[in-house]
Amino acid sequence: MKTFAMGGVHPEENKISTTAVIEEFPLPKTAVILMNQHLGAPATPCVAKGDKVKVGQLIGKAEAFMCANVHSPFSGTVAKIDSCKDAFGLAKPAIYINVEGDEWEESIDRTPDIKRECTLEPKEIVDKLKEMGVVGLGGATFPTHIKYSIAPDKKAEYLIINAVECEPYLTSDHRVMVEHAEEICIGVNILRKALGVPKAYIGIENNKPEPIRVMTEMAQKFEGIVVEPLKVKYPQGAEKQLINAITGRRVPSGKLPIDVGCVVNNVGTAFAVYEAVQKNKPLIENILTVTGKKLQAQHNYHVRFGVTYSDIIAHAMSEGLPETTGKVISGGPMMGKAVCNLDGPTTKGASSVLVIDEGEAERAVESNCIRCGKCMNACPMGLEPYLFSSLVKNRRIEEAGTHNILDCIECGCCFFSCPANKPLLDEIRLGKNLYRGILMAKKK
Amino acid sequence: MTGIWSAVLVLGITGAIFAVVLYFVAQKFKVVEDPLIDEVAEALPGANCGGCGRAGCRAMAEAFVKQGNMEGLSCPAGGAEVAKKVAAILGCTPEEKEPEVAVVRCNGTCANAPAKTHYQGMQDCAFANSLYTGESGCSYGCLGLGNCARACQFDALSIDPETGLPVVNEDKCVACGACVKACPRGIIELRKKGMKNRRVYVACRNKEKGADARKSCSAACIGCGKCAKTCPFGAITVENNLAYIDFNVCKLCRKCVAECPTGAIHAVNFPPKVDRPAQPQPEQPVSQSQAAPVNDGSTTNA
Amino acid sequence: MKLLNVSGSPHVHSDESTKKIMWRVNLALVPTLIVAIAFFGLNALLISLVSVASCVLFQWLIEKFIIKCESTICDGSAVVTGLLLAFNVPATREMIWLVIIAALVAIGIGKMSFGGLGKNPFNPALVGRVFMLISFPVQMTTWPKPGENLFSMVSVPTTDATTGATPLGLIKENGVQAAGQVWDYFVGNMGGSLGEVSAIAILIGAIYLLCRRIISWHIPVSFIGTAFIFSGILWLCDKTAFVDPLTTILTGGIMLGACFMATDMVTSPMTKVGQLIFGFGCGVLTIVIRNWGNYPEGVSFAILLMNSVTPLLNRWCKPKRFAN
Repeated sequence: MKTFAMGGVHPEENKISTTAVIEEFPLPKTAVILMNQHLGAPATPCVAKGDKVKVGQLIGKAEAFMCANVHSPFSGTVAKIDSCKDAFGLAKPAIYINVEGDEWEESIDRTPDIKRECTLEPKEIVDKLKEMGVVGLGGATFPTHIKYSIAPDKKAEYLIINAVECEPYLTSDHRVMVEHAEEICIGVNILRKALGVPKAYIGIENNKPEPIRVMTEMAQKFEGIVVEPLKVKYPQGAEKQLINAITGRRVPSGKLPIDVGCVVNNVGTAFAVYEAVQKNKPLIENILTVTGKKLQAQHNYHVRFGVTYSDIIAHAMSEGLPETTGKVISGGPMMGKAVCNLDGPTTKGASSVLVIDEGEAERAVESNCIRCGKCMNACPMGLEPYLFSSLVKNRRIEEAGTHNILDCIECGCCFFSCPANKPLLDEIRLGKNLYRGILMAKKK
Repeated sequence: MTGIWSAVLVLGITGAIFAVVLYFVAQKFKVVEDPLIDEVAEALPGANCGGCGRAGCRAMAEAFVKQGNMEGLSCPAGGAEVAKKVAAILGCTPEEKEPEVAVVRCNGTCANAPAKTHYQGMQDCAFANSLYTGESGCSYGCLGLGNCARACQFDALSIDPETGLPVVNEDKCVACGACVKACPRGIIELRKKGMKNRRVYVACRNKEKGADARKSCSAACIGCGKCAKTCPFGAITVENNLAYIDFNVCKLCRKCVAECPTGAIHAVNFPPKVDRPAQPQPEQPVSQSQAAPVNDGSTTNA
Repeated sequence: MKLLNVSGSPHVHSDESTKKIMWRVNLALVPTLIVAIAFFGLNALLISLVSVASCVLFQWLIEKFIIKCESTICDGSAVVTGLLLAFNVPATREMIWLVIIAALVAIGIGKMSFGGLGKNPFNPALVGRVFMLISFPVQMTTWPKPGENLFSMVSVPTTDATTGATPLGLIKENGVQAAGQVWDYFVGNMGGSLGEVSAIAILIGAIYLLCRRIISWHIPVSFIGTAFIFSGILWLCDKTAFVDPLTTILTGGIMLGACFMATDMVTSPMTKVGQLIFGFGCGVLTIVIRNWGNYPEGVSFAILLMNSVTPLLNRWCKPKRFAN
């Protein structure tokens, strides 16, 4: 069975919410829609205070190149346009909406029927994705239409769909594959058409037998879709590692997947593409896993963006957060971000609300590096985290740069495996930031 | 005897050969350097603090000698004394510069800005700044992980474990500016030492709206503008919900200090007022951060 | 409720820790200790106990009164040093107190003077041993005959009545004819330091460490392999002047050194290639010292010399980058 070339770790899987069927999350009373829910510049609000908005109405227009449209996930009145602190405490431009009823734009097809035919031309598909504000739902929230606007000198050969879900705890991709296999396959074929590639591979890790079975059965009905079961190893879901696992190719340092002829999309994105292209539904909701070892019930929700984390906690946990909660994480435990402001709204990038118990959340005391080399052996990029640690601490940033610090994909395998509990990834992140600053200064 | 003689002979000849080789090698690879550079480098403090913006004292000495005068160049650590020495070596007049000192512009003590989250990880402000807002929730305030203290080559900065804020030892601070560069949030500022070391400044950098700012810190500048209205000299400007006192205009009257509703304005090294025993700062729960009215020697608890 | 924690990702950690690694190494040393006690009796046990106790004590004292930091004696690294140090001395009665000096040198100079575990460039136990070898050459090369006290632990032998020599010492003095039976060497029925006599006990420990992934095969295999091949070539050249390769690797400290001393994480290279070179260097140096040096045994010197080039090996042998 295929997997990527080097490194990797095996964190405890803890996929305890796989059986929880996707539920609709109830509408909140008020919602805050951030204007930058994606990688890049914030969208410009195109509604004013007091305006009535419908579900799916464009409220934030993408004006910069690296930007995505933002649509209203709720119907109601615009209360104010102001800044709002997101879940990580950073102030961002936002539109506050008082939710009234649930009135949708007429153009959106809300029937449960599956629409199989897609008559749009590749260019039209990309325009549609741009219009509908579709971004990558794997976590990086990269605007999809930019990924599909491929430079003329480059050619895509493979479309790879990332259904690996190698992060522990997360089950949203698992559920969406089981419940919406056909829609996903249609979405994949739309993306395949947009790229003009003959084959699409769906990579699924071998610890998910049910999605593999469902998707394989469904893929047989579609031409050009291959389901590829992969050996379980974190970080298989990292773009470069997945490409390596499926095609054997390696994305060179500082290059993009398209440079080796690959385009990678998350399975959730494929579903969003189906809804955007076939059903005319903008990206206004995502599937969120609400999970944690100490929670009484595990959930997978269809959540519209703009609901706050505290709303989700209040609804999913009847008694609120467990007493022993140590950390609330948006995303998986390996790459997700710790939430420090529970009143912050969810965004397009959110894939889970993970409640970690205090015992697990507490970082053990750091001790001396014993040069065991575990970080180096675990690194899927073949880097030397222990070296970066001391170089960054001593601010020898350029030297760290010559040891390819920018190749780091921030998967966290180094810290995960470090017996001395050194905050290796923290140090590498800082080093990357500082080195990027140095490079920018040099360019000028 | 022959043994001794042969040993002396062998060693003597080898020594002579090496001496000749070394002489020619030294000639070949000789680096011609202005002897003035050594002299100037000797006069500089030699702490390599980088306060002048160069890699170290030697680099600065080279810059001095290359330029031949002191225009635009100054050693902040050495101050007037070093400037005089260097000027004597270079044969020019030193530039007059008013002495400065580092000032910490944050009020976010543990009491004023209680922690809302608990941070774990790399003990480095630059990293914490890129990760989140800080334990108090103020995205402008001090993170307290001590990058400034580590950057200080003169042992003039330390983090007070009680307040979680850096403390400047004014006797040791030479205003080299290393801490200013080290702080990722630009909290530390070099201000003129002022008459009798007295200074009035806004100890806050928060540009959020008043209500938001107060949510994270009870002693934040809320941008109310009362100080600007009170100031008889027009030294205070309020921009982006944040007041700033221009030390070139400020006459140290301290009217603004009394006016500030949150106690964000600090006045240091003033003698205690006789007519008004207590400074009107009712909102200040713990006045530990306020070295304000007391002349407590040289240490500013900012 | 307590405040929520905030930190960078990842938010979970494997159950690895320095403490676990060190105690597992200690566990791996137990078979060797048992064999040593079986062969050398109560002396062996006493030396080991004194050595471990003094290593731990010195570390505690230094951390408490000189460095003034939190004590790290619980992480088990001082115990590892103590055990390895005991394994490297002969089981004579004098050693029971001499080993205290060795422990002071090993912990004080070999380890703590560099900043404690992880910062020492040389294996501390070997630093202690080599110090002893140079300072107390007589005591360090007076070997009790094994088996004299075999399973007779009840009574402490009053004198070290019978002293023998190590096979290597015999060979050095009397030539290759003095070599004994390979099987005796494998089990450990020969003169020598406490822990180095029984290859089989060492191998059991090494296999445990390999399974636990605390050591990798690279250093032991390249060390022993190089010694075997190098001595084999010499032996084929002149069978009367050189020892056969099997005897070479089973006698002296090669087994103990290759499995427990050279694999010390702190002082050995981190990449696989670096480890292979490291093992190769240890093997070559050992055979060179044994055959052409003054000392009958050269494992300690070989490992210490290779320790000194470890930083260079780390710099030179980079892991293969994914992206290139």
